[in-house]
Order: sequence, then C-alpha cells, then structure tokens
Amino acid sequence: MSDLRIGVFVCCCGINISAYVDVPAVIEYAKTLPGVVYAEEDIYACSNDGLTKIKKAIKKHKLNRVVVAGCTPRTHESLFQEALEEAGVNKYLFEMANIRDQCSWVHMKEPKKATEKAKDLIRMAAAKTMLLEPGDEPEIEIKQSTLVIGGGVSGVCAAISLADQGFNVIIVEKEPQLGGKMRNFDSLFPHRQKVSEMLESLLQKIQTNPRIQVMTGGKIKSVSGFLGNFTIDVETRTGTESLNVGTIIVAVGADILKPKGLYLYGEDKRVITQSELEEILRAGSVDANRIVMIQCVGSRSAERPYCSRICCNEAVKNAINLTQQDKEVYILYRDLQAYGITYSRLEQEAKQNGVRFLKYQQEKPPKVTAETDGLRINLYSPTVNQDVEVKADLLVLSTPLIPVTDARELSQMLKVPLDSNGFFREAHVKLRPIDFATDGIYVCGTAHSPKDVGESVAQALGVASRAAIQMAKKRVRIAAIMSEVDQTKCSGCGICIDVCAYNAIRKNEKGLAETIAAACKGCGVCGATCPEKAITMHHFTDEQIEAQGLAALMEE
Amino acid sequence: MSTFEPNLVGFLCNWCSYAGADLAGVSRIQYPTNLRIIKVMCSGRIEPGMVLELLEAGADGVMVTGCHIGDCHYTSGNLHTMRKFALLQKLLAKTGLEPQRIKLEWNSAAEGQRFANLVREFTDQIRVIGPNPIKAPNPEQRILLNIRAAKEAADGFRLRALVGKEEKLATEGNVYGEKVAQDEFNEVMEQAVETEFQIHRIQLMLRERPRSVKEIAKNLGLNTRLVLNYMVALRQRGWVDIKDAVEGTPLYAAQ
Ligand code: SF4
Ligand code: SF4
Repeated sequence: MSDLRIGVFVCCCGINISAYVDVPAVIEYAKTLPGVVYAEEDIYACSNDGLTKIKKAIKKHKLNRVVVAGCTPRTHESLFQEALEEAGVNKYLFEMANIRDQCSWVHMKEPKKATEKAKDLIRMAAAKTMLLEPGDEPEIEIKQSTLVIGGGVSGVCAAISLADQGFNVIIVEKEPQLGGKMRNFDSLFPHRQKVSEMLESLLQKIQTNPRIQVMTGGKIKSVSGFLGNFTIDVETRTGTESLNVGTIIVAVGADILKPKGLYLYGEDKRVITQSELEEILRAGSVDANRIVMIQCVGSRSAERPYCSRICCNEAVKNAINLTQQDKEVYILYRDLQAYGITYSRLEQEAKQNGVRFLKYQQEKPPKVTAETDGLRINLYSPTVNQDVEVKADLLVLSTPLIPVTDARELSQMLKVPLDSNGFFREAHVKLRPIDFATDGIYVCGTAHSPKDVGESVAQALGVASRAAIQMAKKRVRIAAIMSEVDQTKCSGCGICIDVCAYNAIRKNEKGLAETIAAACKGCGVCGATCPEKAITMHHFTDEQIEAQGLAALMEE
Repeated sequence: MSTFEPNLVGFLCNWCSYAGADLAGVSRIQYPTNLRIIKVMCSGRIEPGMVLELLEAGADGVMVTGCHIGDCHYTSGNLHTMRKFALLQKLLAKTGLEPQRIKLEWNSAAEGQRFANLVREFTDQIRVIGPNPIKAPNPEQRILLNIRAAKEAADGFRLRALVGKEEKLATEGNVYGEKVAQDEFNEVMEQAVETEFQIHRIQLMLRERPRSVKEIAKNLGLNTRLVLNYMVALRQRGWVDIKDAVEGTPLYAAQ
C-alpha cells in the first residue's frame, strides 16, 4: 500500500514505563520507521484524555494504521480498537507493542537495554501493521432452540428450565423412555426420598410443556454447524430426522459398571451390584438377613483411578433402609468418603442403626467363597490387625459410574474432548466448568463426571442459563481472525478438515475446502498445516508473522 | 571484547504463554532482555519453515511456547505444535546448526516465574553455544545451503502433508484402515526428511548453475547412485532437467 500512514502512540503508563524506558528516545526512533508519519507520548493512553488525543491525532494526521506501545493487548486491545473505530479506522488496522509487561517491568535494572528492546518491539509492531488488512466481523443469528442429548434427570431439568425461559427444546433420548438410570432406583440420599415421586413430577412438567419436544429411541448420527446454527441428524425408529438448533446440551449421563469376574459377580446369584439392590428395594423387601456391601469395586484402581463419588453415600443410605427392615448390614470399605455437610450425618445415623463398618486394604481385598448356606467373606482388617470372617446371604458390590459406551463417538461428532477416564471434559475446571471450549455446547450431570442427583440438577440449571445467555443475545459478531481457503490452490486433500478442532472447514460442491466463518476460532492450525499453503490466516498471515520476526532481528 | 548478546525470538500463544509472560511482568520478575516476543493465537500456528527462516536470517535462538498439553485453548492445537516441532528438530539436525538453538516449552498463564526462568535458561544456553554461525563475516557456505534447503523442505508439500496426516494415521488409520504405529511413522518421517532435504539441497545448487551428478555428489558428500536417484525424483517433479552434456556427462539445471 503506497499511502501507509502509521501513527505510533507510546504510553508512559504513569511512570510504569517511563521510569525504565527512555520514552522520548523511543519516540524519536519510531518516527524513523518506514510508514510511520506520526509519533507521540501519552501519560495514560487508555484514559479518556489519552483516547481522545489518539482519536484527534488519527483525524488530524490522516492515520490509517495505529500502533500503541504500552501495556498488554490481552487487557487493552479492545479499548484502543474502539477508539480507532470511532475515529473511522477499521479495528483490525491496529497493533500493540507490549513495552510494559514484557519490557519495562521485567528489565527494571537495565534501562538502556530496556529502551533498545522497546524500540525493537515497536519496530516489530510497525512491520506487522504495514501488512494488516481491514477485517469485517460477520454477524450471525442465533436460533432460539436447544438440543438436549440425554433424557435423564440432568437433561430433563435443563430442558424444563430452558422452556420456562421461553426457548424451544428438543430432548433426544436413546432409550424408549425418559428418566435415565434413575428410573431403576429406589430412593435418593440424603433424605431417602422415593425416586418415583421426583421423576413423576419432572416428567409431568415435560409432558405438559408445549415448548419441549421429546424424541425417544433416537440416536445422534451427525453434527455440524456452530453456535447459533447447529444441524443434527437423528436416527429414530421411523427414519432420520434433521434438527436445527442454536445450542446443544450434552446430558448423556453415565453407565454403571457391571463387575464381571470380581467377587463372584455373574457366577453366584447372591452377588449383586448396589444398583441392582436399588431395583430390589424399589420392588419391595430383600430376601436376605445378613447383607454385606463392598465399596470401591472397580474404582480407585489402576484401570479406573477415580473415586465415583456417589457409592459411599448410596451404600450408607441403602444400609439404613435395610436396617429399617431389620436386616444386619456390613459395609467393607477402603476409605469412607462421606463428604459435605449432610453425608457425615448419614454415616452417623447408619452407625446408630447398627450398620457395621469394616475397613479393608486395597492390597488385600476381601475373598468371597460360595457356600451352600451363604457366602463366606474373609478379609484382613487393618484396624484390629486381624483376619476377619463374615457370613452373608447377599453380597452387594458398590461399582462406579463409567462413561456411556457411545461417549467417544459422540465426542468426535461434536468435536469436544473427553478426559482420561472417558468422561466429557469441560473447557476449564474453575472458570468454565460446564462449557465446552466450543461455543454453544455445554455439559452437565454424570456425562461430565460421577455426581449425585443434587449436583447434576445444579449443573443442569447452570447449562440452561449458559445456553439462555447466548440465545438471548439473538445475534453474535464473530471476530475477523479466521482462515480463508484459496480455492485455486486447494487440492481437496481434506487435511485441514481433520486438524480443525471446531468443524470449521467443510468441502464445497467442488470438493474443495472452505471455511465456515461463524465456526472458525482463528487458531491458525489449518493454515500452518495445509500442504498446499492454500490457507490464509487473517490477522496472523505468514507474511505478517515473518515480517515481525525479521524486524526483530534487524539492527537499528 | 564485548560479551555476546543473543538475538532471540519467541512465538507465544495468546492464551497461556503470552499471559504467563504478562504475569512475570505484573509480578516484576526480572529476566534477560534478549527475547523478542511474537504473539500468535495458538502455538499450532507456527510452521517449521517460519522458525528456519528466522535462523537463516541470523536469529541465535527461537523459542515456541504454548499451553500445557491438555490445557490448549483450542483443545488440540499444541498437539499439532508438538508434531510440527518434531519435524523442525529433524530438519535442523541435518543442517549442522546446534539443536539447542530451538526450544519448545509449555507455560501456563499462572507460571510467571517459570516463564522468566525459561527465558533466562534459554538465553544462558545460547550464550554458551555462541552466535549463529550464519552471521559470521564469511559464513560457511555449506550451512547456508543446508538451512535454506531445510526451510524449503519444511515448506514443501510432502513433509507438510505427512505431518498433517500424522494424527489421523495414528488414530483412524490409512485408507485401508490400518493404523500406523508411532515408531513406524517416525521411520517414514525420518526417510522423507532425508529425501526432501537432499532434494532441496540439489535443487538449490542447480539454481546457482548447471552441474553434473558427479560434481553434486562430491559437493554434498553423497554417493553418485543416490544423487542419481534424487535427480530422477527431481525430474519427475519437473524441478530440474538435463541442460546439455559435456563430454558425454549430462549437466542438470533447475527449471
Ligand atoms: S489442507 Fe489445504 S489443500 Fe487440503 S483441503 Fe485443506 S485447504 Fe485444501
Ligand atoms: S483457524 Fe483453527 S478454527 Fe479456524 S478453520 Fe483453521 S483450524 Fe479451524
């Protein structure tokens, strides 16, 4: 571009910069750089006065590119970009040189070298600025509807909350009925409320809400699109249906481990899992007098290193229920994880009711022998430093929640990650605990990790509001930092489609790649990978990055 | 004699490592002034060719930093960085430049002290190995040729396509559904790097002037059979052709 007019604004940041960097010398230097027609010093460039000065200078000197040398773009870039827009310059024609956080503050004892580095950083920024291009931020409309994958307690609660806020919801459940794993359960800790009561009232709300559509027996076949506009193909008994929604909630829940081969499970009818016990309790009473439970069966092991969180409380709750039927109950545990404010009380109650707790060690797990008149369980108790023998009519194994079998398949379709245990992984454990990194897709309940009903519902209400926040905006602007495929260079190899973590590239009718602007996050991986070098990464082009690098190496 | 002050360039991803560098600043942790930072959105944006270009231009060291594995803002960007950096290392090893001139590190937004330490260690490391030999008044021609060839090889279709396909080959397998084991892939990669490096060296030499296979073999320290094989490949790609023959020996020239 021949009529490049770059303005450089060097901020003193009070004295944060000017105490260590010779700002006047830097300004004099900046004026000598190619393309730079104006340079000035600001005490606080980000203050109202400072921004006004910048806007005035842009107009007065007809600047069409701006460099601010000061703090970090991570906090201040958008502020200066707004000023540019107000002065009639596209916000993408802007670059910052971080001469505070990455210069004056870290070289406080070397003012000479800090000044030289500040000059270099400005030279690099100016070099990039020369090659910048204006960017257009596409605006997209957000569909006012949500797909909830999974109709268990989490999915159902999220759906009700969203529908109550005025959004349309479609629940896709792979089983023939809603309710998830909870359907087979008897009662819930800590209050031992009957599951059936809770489920009934929830399902009632679903049936009577006109905004909620339920597709049972449905399987997700493919997902494409982006926040505001997802397309999902669902296979049902009657054929394939295509859905169009603005947001997606993953509430697929978890499976319960069947511990084949452990403690005679699957070989002896008197050995069942805790969830099978729930089913029996739900139907009535247990046909056994002495019941022994073993905790951590298949969890906190090399294969499954995690604690399944709910099993201790579930065992204690069922034990209390059993004592009320005058049963004798033993709980064999490794560590009793009765966390939180209510669960320790539950444990106390169980002890008062006569439930006996026996500790075992992972290295010396209990041994179970089938005998005609019952089961014999031998274990070493570290508490009394002795071998102990217990007889049981029924052995109940507490097994962990495990990821659903199709978790991986679904994660690949959605392009969202799983953790090392195979559960869906959130974007950030503390800052974005129920979002995925991909905008518009959220996770709640046991799809994410083992948790109890209360925790699952809390997350369900959380994702409903996360989705509602996006949809309430109705439209979003997309940053212009995105990839673009040069169709004359593309060979259609599809490698870019494989490496993009956001499904943001598709093949067009000619078999060539094209970016879906609204889905592109601007990481640049596709551009760095394309073997034909057919992809331009806007705002971080090869040329811009190289210009910055070469400018860094230039002698003054 | 003045002490050697290395010129170092660092590519930092916006989300973790650039933020970590900012934190070092906010915490006033002092470190050497030698590193010049370039911000990219993701470390996966960095191509081996970009780093080689800076080394060719005289950088004494180039550092790439991203989010820790598993923490990438773009989920898997840094896994791509890792694969690209592995290729970069293989290519650099061919050039005769010291492998320590490049560095890949993961640094989180919370690791301000660690970032400062990284810069200090890298600066010290480069001080020990000394200036980039390319900057010498009369740089060794061989190294210049090598680094250019490495850069062109890195930018070429074959190596880029191989790195691009690495993940898929490992997880989903090739068109026949056969998964490729990591060491098997490394083997293929190693061979491809050697071939591409040599091919580009030959091409660069022929761009200077036409040469015979024998002369090239002597210059590059390769046996003539091998050079002949490369020449066949180069001709297939349409990059070189026989120009004329001197006393029955064909001379090749770049197209
Ligand atoms: S990687 Fe490049 S050549 Fe291959 S499909 Fe994508 S844009 Fe086209
Ligand atoms: S820049 Fe990143 S998000 Fe955008 S298309 Fe390329 S790989 Fe996908």
